[in-house]
Amino acid sequence: MKVKVLMGNTAVAEAVRMADVDVVSAYPITPQTIIVERIADMVERGELKARYVRVESEHSALAVVYGASASGARVFTATSSHDLLYMYEMLWWVANSRLPIVMAVVTRAIGPPWSIHSDHQDALTVRDAGWIMGFASSVEEAFDITLQAYRVGEDGRVLLPVMVALDGFTLSHTSEPVRLPEESEVREWLPPREPLPFKLEPGSYFSVGNLGPDEVAMELRWYVWRAMERAKHVMREVSVDYARRFDRSTHSLVEEFKTGDARYLVVLAGAWSGDAMEAADMLRDEGYPVGVARLRYIRPFPAEELRELATSVRAVLVIDRAVSMGHMGVIAGDLVAATRGKVVVKNIIAGLGGVDMGPEDFKSIVKGFVEEYESGALDSWFYAEWYMPWVRGR
Amino acid sequence: MGLVYEPVDLEREAFEDLRGFIEKLLSKPAPGSAGRTGAWRLYRPAVDAGRCIKCGICWLYCPDDVISWAPKGLPIIDYSYCKGCGICSSVCPVKAIDMVLEGE
Amino acid sequence: MSIPWLASRRTRGVLPGNPACSGCPHNIGLKVLGRVVGDRAILVVPAGCTSIIAGYWPREGLEFPLLHVPFASAAAVASGVRAALDVGGRGDAIVVVWSGDGGAADIGFATLSGAATRNEDILVIVSDNEAYMNTGVQASGTTMWKALTTTSPVLGKTEERKDIALLTLMHKVPYVATASIGYPSDLAEKIRRASEIKGFKLIHLHSPCPPGWRFDSDKTVLVAKLAVETGAWILWEYDRGNFKISPPSTPYRDKSRRKPLTEYIKLQGRLAHLTEEDIREIERRIDENWNLILRLEEYYASHVKA
Repeated sequence: MKVKVLMGNTAVAEAVRMADVDVVSAYPITPQTIIVERIADMVERGELKARYVRVESEHSALAVVYGASASGARVFTATSSHDLLYMYEMLWWVANSRLPIVMAVVTRAIGPPWSIHSDHQDALTVRDAGWIMGFASSVEEAFDITLQAYRVGEDGRVLLPVMVALDGFTLSHTSEPVRLPEESEVREWLPPREPLPFKLEPGSYFSVGNLGPDEVAMELRWYVWRAMERAKHVMREVSVDYARRFDRSTHSLVEEFKTGDARYLVVLAGAWSGDAMEAADMLRDEGYPVGVARLRYIRPFPAEELRELATSVRAVLVIDRAVSMGHMGVIAGDLVAATRGKVVVKNIIAGLGGVDMGPEDFKSIVKGFVEEYESGALDSWFYAEWYMPWVRGR
Repeated sequence: MGLVYEPVDLEREAFEDLRGFIEKLLSKPAPGSAGRTGAWRLYRPAVDAGRCIKCGICWLYCPDDVISWAPKGLPIIDYSYCKGCGICSSVCPVKAIDMVLEGE
Repeated sequence: MSIPWLASRRTRGVLPGNPACSGCPHNIGLKVLGRVVGDRAILVVPAGCTSIIAGYWPREGLEFPLLHVPFASAAAVASGVRAALDVGGRGDAIVVVWSGDGGAADIGFATLSGAATRNEDILVIVSDNEAYMNTGVQASGTTMWKALTTTSPVLGKTEERKDIALLTLMHKVPYVATASIGYPSDLAEKIRRASEIKGFKLIHLHSPCPPGWRFDSDKTVLVAKLAVETGAWILWEYDRGNFKISPPSTPYRDKSRRKPLTEYIKLQGRLAHLTEEDIREIERRIDENWNLILRLEEYYASHVKA
């Protein structure tokens, strides 16, 4: 184990190198580009024995790795924002074929107006396709989740594609120390891919995805669903195994911060969770019993963990960086459903378009939430607010 | 947090699921992927063995590959799948294949 | 390639009783493809007629390892399959994109262009029936001028057709050819030659469609041949620097040897509304196209690699 200072993007590239992938394909988009630039450099220098396919669009990037994965290769691609949306139909094609493709999504707002800064709308917009979706909150975790993505996705009990989300700039371009495992240990922990669920090669006389009865189409989605359910178990297992093997703290689907005696719970995902935890610390000093549950995975949704955490507090505050227009924040919606409406939930929509959020912002939001609850003003079981302190009255 | 996860027999379930998934996702080459397409036919090709010069052109152009032919042999048509398009009749250089209304 | 040779092949390509329409030209092309390279080929098929022709689950109506893929993705998926097979030591495989005109020349054009630019070692066969037949005959980029389709139902298509073969040639790839389902031996030759070349290959296959063009199902081959015999469809082949008009089209370099264009047109319901003036205009465009192809032949002849 050696410690190296890496940016989020280069940490992901390093994980991809250690995973010894066979085929990489990508198209440039800020803030993702550094990942694939780094990988292209590794390939051209011979540090990674893989084929790098320079495509003309993101749609083709995912199409290339789809074809390569269908023919047995271990693959990687990466994207952001608009180009993730440009991949949209391919995401479904990949999920329904259950090919264990790994893709980094460096989150970025969707225009107009043009913005290169992070919110989570891009990643969360594609949550229904059938990809496992991890959300990193540190550079080291971006590395960890990428490596685990191959182990989980390729596991015969799962066989699903995995998205590794990391916040644009706040993680992708931020340098932090990463404890890098020995390559030989990683090779042992992550053996070469078994070509499941199928391998297309000359002589494999079958077709993939023929027209058929509607019932077959529905049943195939059900198999994705079942694999997602099993994935939760496998992800917990893999994260424990990984932590033991590579000396990490054991966080599986949810990271808990001071939840043990908390009366109020803050739920969120992504790089800003660290600021929220800092705010929780400050509030603790002021006597507010606040804990934080940080989602490491959005899909499959860690409903069991959250249900247990949410039902042991007075009220839950979900801070969302993506919104389902006409409804509520995306994670809030999921949490309300997972807790079956039995929990008092408030939802704050914040940080859209890349708006920066610091510990003080979180502190004021959480404080307001606790005071609102204790004054009895938080009487309805659910409502959402937009946090825009630069606009009067918000 | 004291969540204890029940050990689940994931392997068994996953194995059965994978088998089911592959069975539903993949198709295997076989005749009759659209059923007995001979039922589509209005006219049936009838080979006049006396006139046929055994050139194989009908075999070459048959879109559905329902004609069996070996060099210097007569063409044999598989009527269970022949859709009755009439291409064999139209390409025959010696007009040895007639299209006959079904039922006549 | 001779009929007995094709008939002797063990891989059939097309299996009897698949869902293709009666008299379908794609099936003729797929049959030839299977006979020539079916033992080494993998088919990548974007949305189109062949999404149906490939059969209804659990049966496949074709005899190929086959991957159905979204409309615009085929040449990219094939690039990925190629990369994986190369990494896995299966360089002998022939990765084929079997596409319609929409999947290659319209929605998938950028993808095709990208793969051609990368000189991916794949063979793209564009089976061109000159419209979106699978969705019910809507005009495509390769639909001929004036042809009636369901999206040009009264006046006919107002735009010129896109020449996907010449566009591909300008990507400086090693092999581009046109072919016709009316000439299976010529097609078989071209598939064989293409399969022996490393790099990007494209065959633009003319595939007259009975329901789409409104002619009887027994006339598929006749119409395809008339397209060549009237000069409306020119068979040519570019192979690593050599550009040649193919034997079936050779006689028609001489305009006087071409059959009257009306013989081709009168068989097609989609062209039944044409005026004499329209036909003269189409003829003028055909002559122009011949001029271009003959000039290209001359150009490449004077630039043949030593």
